[in-house]
Amino acid sequence: MLGMMRPPNPFRPGTWRSPLRGPWLTSVLAVVLLVTLPIVTITGLLSYSAYGPQFGQAIPADVGWLRLPPFDWPTDPAWLYRLTQGLHVILGLMLVPVVLAKLWSVLPKLFTWPPFRSPAQALERFTLLLLVGGVLFEIVTGVLNIQYDYVFGFSFYTAHYYGAWVFLAGFVSHVALKLPRMTRALRSRSLRAELRTSRAETRPEPADPDGLVSPDPEPATLSRRGALGIVAGGTLLVGTLTVGQTIGGAARHTALLLPRGRDLGTGPNDFQVNRTAAAAGIEATQVGPEWTLELLGGPEPVRLSRAGLAALPGHAATLPIACVEGWSTTQHWAGVRLRDLAELAGVHDPASAHVRSLQRGGAFNQATLQANQVLHADSLLALRVNGADLSLDHGFPARVIVPALPGVHNTKWVRSIEFRRA
Amino acid sequence: MAGRPHLRYGAGPWHLAAVLGALALAGYAVFLVSDAPALPRIALWFAGAVVLHDLLLFPLYTVADRALGRVSASVSLRNHLRVPVLASGLLLLLFLPGIAEHGSGTYLAATGQTQEPFAERWLLLTAGFFAASGLVFAVRVLKRRARARRSGGPARSRPRPGRGAARGGSG
Repeated sequence: MLGMMRPPNPFRPGTWRSPLRGPWLTSVLAVVLLVTLPIVTITGLLSYSAYGPQFGQAIPADVGWLRLPPFDWPTDPAWLYRLTQGLHVILGLMLVPVVLAKLWSVLPKLFTWPPFRSPAQALERFTLLLLVGGVLFEIVTGVLNIQYDYVFGFSFYTAHYYGAWVFLAGFVSHVALKLPRMTRALRSRSLRAELRTSRAETRPEPADPDGLVSPDPEPATLSRRGALGIVAGGTLLVGTLTVGQTIGGAARHTALLLPRGRDLGTGPNDFQVNRTAAAAGIEATQVGPEWTLELLGGPEPVRLSRAGLAALPGHAATLPIACVEGWSTTQHWAGVRLRDLAELAGVHDPASAHVRSLQRGGAFNQATLQANQVLHADSLLALRVNGADLSLDHGFPARVIVPALPGVHNTKWVRSIEFRRA
Repeated sequence: MAGRPHLRYGAGPWHLAAVLGALALAGYAVFLVSDAPALPRIALWFAGAVVLHDLLLFPLYTVADRALGRVSASVSLRNHLRVPVLASGLLLLLFLPGIAEHGSGTYLAATGQTQEPFAERWLLLTAGFFAASGLVFAVRVLKRRARARRSGGPARSRPRPGRGAARGGSG
């Protein structure tokens, strides 16, 4: 019955007239995504691990089985999170043109009529909704989050994390069902020959059982080489305009349209701020001469003034801060080693350390550090950066800086550190 | 025949396993997030992303491309317009919050800055794309005319390259 009542236009195969649509072109785009989307997914899951889910401080906190096996996030190399999260964000952005092209290439299938002929087709189409909805949802939430536009009104972390698993469900089943078809289609034409075929010589692919090839194609206005070139060009353009936020230095200026592509000046504290003191509600009176650092967890609390801290044996290290938004900045930090502070507190073998900020509200006014993060020789309670005192926006009087730790866990405006035994 | 289960289902057991596995995993993820008060909003954005892409963005760029086909005199000109429009559109799509200065409050709290430069930068990039594409197009047209003059006829009647006649024409 449904077949007899075919609705107008997009549901009629004759509407789709591009001579380029066909299983080969779709499969070329598919194989690119097959290789790259798992990288984006795994680096995203690694970011969850880097937030320290064993302390309940990864968001969302309770994810059941939906996580990588537990492990302590490493401190070496110091650029680890910078690499994984930079890859996650920049590769994710670079794949947007590929995803859009892939969807363009299969869009006639959305309007097949009747919508399904068997329970198998109905179920498979539902899993495609998970796949397409998942990938678009992840793109939209990710793109908004890196630009600090929280228009969606729900927790980015929670939605992006569970959205990833819904996407993954659709992705894995789609690959399982379509892999043979993709390999067959890829073998049907030579990429090398296709890249030498001009627009004038471009002909449609032979008709396919899936109905991707138009039954009534228009003459080609673009070769397949041209179409793939446009997609690759879009990918390169996005890469060129985003990679600078992760690499930093002179390359930072190339991230022309991103928040973290901007120059802040040449002074020692003129580097990217994540959450200003004003936004965190830090008042001048809290960080004046009366400020003290409280070290807890030992036989009794130890209190240190900033002058007292500065008089302790110091250490300096050049370390990156890398944020979940994929940007990073490397600076030269100086202060006191966290492990020296643990000794001072009277905790010789800490299993973790709980750092609290003067900041009253907010999700990141405290963080728990793993043993390897407390004990690393370059893990600091920093007092100075690039030879000057920390500015208020960078966490004056003192902030944590730990190798390979996600940016927001390098707590600023530190009030207390509690060293915990196993 | 019709009584055999895989015929009624419409595919083999492997298909059913893959599809049910996906539904189970996605269902479990939804179950875990089901106590979040924002779940309806999340679902709305999930469905909205598909609807906006399939029923707004896709028809929009298809119609725009057809309109471009009608106004451009040649396929070559059409492609030299397509590329800068696509490049500019892609950047607008990705970086719209900054360009439209949306979410300026949270932006300021996070970075201590405003989004003031982005609209201008995007316009300059767009102008650059069109200028570069226009330049390439102009060079191609001039080359084609020069070739046509040398071979003594309109561009389309020039001999195909790689043939003996082409060598004769340029010699």
